[in-house]
Amino acid sequence: MRKSFESDIQHLKDELLLLGSMVEQSTLDAVEALKKRDLQASRRIYETDLKINAKRYAIEEQVMVLIATQQPMAHDLRLLASILEVAGELERMGDYAKGIAMINLRMGEQPLLKPLVDVPRMAQIGTSMLHRALTAFVNEDAETARQIPAEDDEVDLLYNQVYRELMTFVLENPKNIERANWLLWVAHNLERLADRVTNICERTIFIVTGEIKEIKSSYDELKENSN
Amino acid sequence: MDTLDNRYVIQARNLGIYYGDFKAVTDVNMDIERNKITAIIGPSGCGKSTLLRAFNRMNELVPGARAEGQVFFDGEDLYAKGVDPVEVRHRIGMVFQKPNPFPKSIYENIAWGARIHGFRGNMDKLVEHSLRQAALWDEVKDILHRSGLALSGGQQQRLCIARAIAVQPEVILMDEPASALDPIATLKIEELMQDLKKDYTIVIVTHNMQQAARVSDYTAMMMLVNDGSRAGTVIEFGETTKIFTRPSDKRTEDYVTGRFG
Repeated sequence: MRKSFESDIQHLKDELLLLGSMVEQSTLDAVEALKKRDLQASRRIYETDLKINAKRYAIEEQVMVLIATQQPMAHDLRLLASILEVAGELERMGDYAKGIAMINLRMGEQPLLKPLVDVPRMAQIGTSMLHRALTAFVNEDAETARQIPAEDDEVDLLYNQVYRELMTFVLENPKNIERANWLLWVAHNLERLADRVTNICERTIFIVTGEIKEIKSSYDELKENSN
Repeated sequence: MDTLDNRYVIQARNLGIYYGDFKAVTDVNMDIERNKITAIIGPSGCGKSTLLRAFNRMNELVPGARAEGQVFFDGEDLYAKGVDPVEVRHRIGMVFQKPNPFPKSIYENIAWGARIHGFRGNMDKLVEHSLRQAALWDEVKDILHRSGLALSGGQQQRLCIARAIAVQPEVILMDEPASALDPIATLKIEELMQDLKKDYTIVIVTHNMQQAARVSDYTAMMMLVNDGSRAGTVIEFGETTKIFTRPSDKRTEDYVTGRFG
């Protein structure tokens, strides 16, 4: 029963995967463009971001049509509400990529403060987490969704490393402040991307179990930061 | 089991209902909370209406029907010896699928039942109060002596609700009260139910899941038991919000998502 509804849902999941791969590519491209100081490539990211936003709205529209016409309940309702949420998360991740492109453009002719090593690593881990989290989401695989957020710790470590390194540049010479800030901004965007992957994982668990729970609670984070 | 808990107006315990040798409903245990709307949902033929009618001994009007187990109403067993079924139906009223006003005036539709039940007060006031509570007064106040049958379907159903209210019941049982009505009349009945629950407890049987989701506080999901006996029972009972967003039973999930039944 409900074959056409189920094929509509499958279609939505495919669209969500497509949106996810656009965001992954955009993130990797943004970091690569920064690394190579390729301004042309960064401008292209702006165009991709428009496509990402349009796809997010298209997904939202389809979800609303399904809610209005199919009256989804229980699992179906949780899934559709979660697709809305995840499409929003992906769009915000796309904004982070655009933010990185913007920094490259702003830097203009100035050289990078230092060669990028940890930042591309952060992008790689973050997008890999995103790819697997989204696959787990469309497969409704709660087991995998529970495991992925732990990898965020590695991204956090890299972020702290980048932060300390940039601080030494600043202390060395206050003239470095602007360029250090730019790179810190880039690292921060990547750190936030990985955080948002956790939100996708929480939604996957919600679809399967009906329970919405923070995998890493704000309370845990508060404790970590006061140590 | 606490049958004296004032929170619950009706409590079924190990309730089974037979039509002759055929057991239509088996092993129902549920508590109906006071001043709430409880919906009973489930596929056709699973015993929803039979269960509803057991709450005011209406099944006894069917030859060969009998109940086992207990139904407590305000802590007293409705099926105990010496309980007068007419008195039970006075305190637990009923509204049916098809509006069934008496072929009498709108006024008499309300007054007749009240008179039979010994009402001695101001009849005009009772008629007005009942029609107001049923959200029908403004539409009929100038035509009280016209036949009830001259009203539209939705108005007739509200007249039947007014008639049920006039004898001051504690509980109103509704068996598919809106399934013969158009969407606007249906919404009026649903709105009315929200007003009525301040004063009454409502139990509604409905095929329309969206209706159950919209109007009720609690939902009971009924289904045939899986032993070939063709008897229905309540497989899940809980807050409506939970039943429609994260039911515990796979069969409820399949039913509310439209994959079964």
